[in-house]
Amino acid sequence: MDLNIIWFLLIAVLIIGYAILDGFDLGVGVLHLFTKDENERRININSIAPVWDGNEVWLLTAGGALFAAFPIVYATVFSGFYLAFMLLLFALIFRAVSMEFRGKVDSHKWRNLWDWAFGIGSLLPALLYGVAIGNILKGIPINSDGFFTGNFISLLNPYSIFVGVLSLTLFTMHGSIYLSMKSEGEHRVRIKSYTPKLWIAFVVLYVLVSLYSFFEANYLFASILSNPLFWVFFILLITGIIYIPVAVNSEKFGRAFIASSTTIASMIGLMSVSLFPNMVPSSIDTAYSLTIYNASSTPRTLETMLIIALLGMPLVIGYTIFIYKIFKGKVVLNEDSY
Amino acid sequence: MDAVLLARLQFALTIMFHFIFPPITIGLAWLLVIAETIGWRKNSEVYKKIGKFFAKILAVTFAVGVATGIVMEFQFGTNWSEYSKFVGDIFGAPLAAEGVFAFFLESGFLGLYLFGRNKVSKGVHWFSGLMVAVGSTLSAFWILVANSWQQTPAGFIVQNGRAELANFWDAVFNPSMWIRFFHTLDSTLIMGAFLMAGIAAYYLLKKQHTEFAKTSMKLAVIVGLIASVLELFPFGHEHARQVALTQPEKFAAIEGLYATEEGGAAMVLFAVPTDQPPELHGTIEVPGLLSWLVFGDVNARIQSINEFPKDEIPPLFLTFVSFHNMVVLGMFFIFVMMWAAWSLYKNKLWENRLLLKILLWSIPLPMVAIQLGWITAEVGRQPWIVYHLLKTKDAVSVTVPAQEVLISIILFGLIYLFLGALYLYIVIGKVKNGPEPLTIKEGTV
Repeated sequence: MDLNIIWFLLIAVLIIGYAILDGFDLGVGVLHLFTKDENERRININSIAPVWDGNEVWLLTAGGALFAAFPIVYATVFSGFYLAFMLLLFALIFRAVSMEFRGKVDSHKWRNLWDWAFGIGSLLPALLYGVAIGNILKGIPINSDGFFTGNFISLLNPYSIFVGVLSLTLFTMHGSIYLSMKSEGEHRVRIKSYTPKLWIAFVVLYVLVSLYSFFEANYLFASILSNPLFWVFFILLITGIIYIPVAVNSEKFGRAFIASSTTIASMIGLMSVSLFPNMVPSSIDTAYSLTIYNASSTPRTLETMLIIALLGMPLVIGYTIFIYKIFKGKVVLNEDSY
Repeated sequence: MDAVLLARLQFALTIMFHFIFPPITIGLAWLLVIAETIGWRKNSEVYKKIGKFFAKILAVTFAVGVATGIVMEFQFGTNWSEYSKFVGDIFGAPLAAEGVFAFFLESGFLGLYLFGRNKVSKGVHWFSGLMVAVGSTLSAFWILVANSWQQTPAGFIVQNGRAELANFWDAVFNPSMWIRFFHTLDSTLIMGAFLMAGIAAYYLLKKQHTEFAKTSMKLAVIVGLIASVLELFPFGHEHARQVALTQPEKFAAIEGLYATEEGGAAMVLFAVPTDQPPELHGTIEVPGLLSWLVFGDVNARIQSINEFPKDEIPPLFLTFVSFHNMVVLGMFFIFVMMWAAWSLYKNKLWENRLLLKILLWSIPLPMVAIQLGWITAEVGRQPWIVYHLLKTKDAVSVTVPAQEVLISIILFGLIYLFLGALYLYIVIGKVKNGPEPLTIKEGTV
């Protein structure tokens, strides 16, 4: 296993970490759009208040790591997806400030404004991540000079939007499970009732997207069935998906959360296995695709970065677990709450 | 419009707006560490109150800082893709290291610090505040590593059409890194101190929360005085020397050395510069002083602007004016803080309404100085994006149409104007509300 493969894995791990952790934040934000009661709205926001910021750092670190390890991917994709990316950034900006601003002025209109900012600022990223992944899976027009030749409209193709709706559904379901752990009474009864519906929608969409992928991005399936890693992720995925409603039904939300996290992780795992060794396939000619070898930094940089990751990440995971343990259990509003 | 100019405008807009918030966060975080330490160890109610009150201001500031910081992490890719391809082998590492060693730390522990007061022991709560300060300082460290590398690149070789890493430690500890770090970190302390002193002055003028205000004022003036003096000497002085030794074009531009003269260089105290032709008007200068400050010799020769190729010199007016105004503000901070410290010592500060008013209205000035310093550093590096290695005009994304950048600039401009106004509105509201714990009304926060 060479350094390029290790970094491909580490970026996948960072994306999985981000998707699991900020995934539930985004899901809570989407559900917030359907919450009317002021007290319940505060529970929603305070359920993620102490942790969302740390969760978003997974995205920043994934971005930084991509820049360091695969600068050509970072440069090509981010400039290629320019307007879509700006839309994502604007959404994340509004989401970040909405929680802090919302409670600062005692006015119904003010709070309403920030409730919308929080909801839309969560919904858009949850959708756009899927759209971006759809485009990557399908391949984007990269020419022989390594430049993206598409435009904003070409990114909004039906297949990618389909994948976007799938990711939106997945994160919302994931968020509903998290919020069930954090809420009580009627609030929880209602949130809990969303989970099975979202689960059905997710399963149907996932089957449809898989079929659609078979036609739209057939190369993904080329030699995958003989890859043992494919089967590992596939079995994990099926187990995760099946276990979610079982656990929710018996009110074991912690286990349901682990199941939906497993689902997210194995979906990204499957995607990585089928893309490998490509990172961004070119739809013009596969020879122009960005791979883990032609888009990477030098071995010296990859090695240095690996040392940084090995030194830093165990520490990060350690204190993240410590902090999550402190905020375990139901949300209790107090003077420090939003 | 010119795509390069638009990309530069967008970078300037997004970085300058973002750069309002981290200095306030870092400066306040360290002041909070001091307040929380005294509050915890001496069980002092007033210091605990200071901790609680300024933590709320820190929280709002941090939120806007995070929101605008996300943009910066990705903007090298979106708007400067050729730059990213050229320097990715070196420049990405400090950004990733910032995430791993700094962002996780500050964000994780900020949540605990703000929301965990009743959930953990006093010691753990204090530690979480310390980790916010340490994390935000480490964050500044790694970002300044990256920025310093653009100014004084080291530890690389150019091959395969890009800068490739040769020695990681040389790249990290490049010639301008440490002094830039100390100069910038100290400026955040000045910012934090003036913010705290200004708010305290506001209460003293209004004769509200007097005990709270007096204690915060003492803390802020002590920190502010030390930080302001250190900012001039050694940090400012050494930083300027480093520029003189490693970036002579920039030094000539900021000091107004436009024409070669025999003997040592004069220190220009005041002048109005023009770019075309490069001239100073109404100059007040001290002969030989600049040479003495840089080399300890009044006759030492310093290169002037006309000795460099015309297409390799930075804009003259902007760099000269921003640098000199930053220095003037730096002197002003020392003066105000010395005056305040003296009045404090004589126990006359509480009645000195003029000084209190000056302190109140000085709150934004350290921020102005910080922005001017940033302009000096970044515009002074032009036309290079990486000094003597890559020009800014060759670094921009080639696949992003100018209209799309124009759209994003307009949107960033509107959103940031809105956020900036709301930030001020909320912080001013918090200050007016005062440090007393608010009663929580039903249905509000």
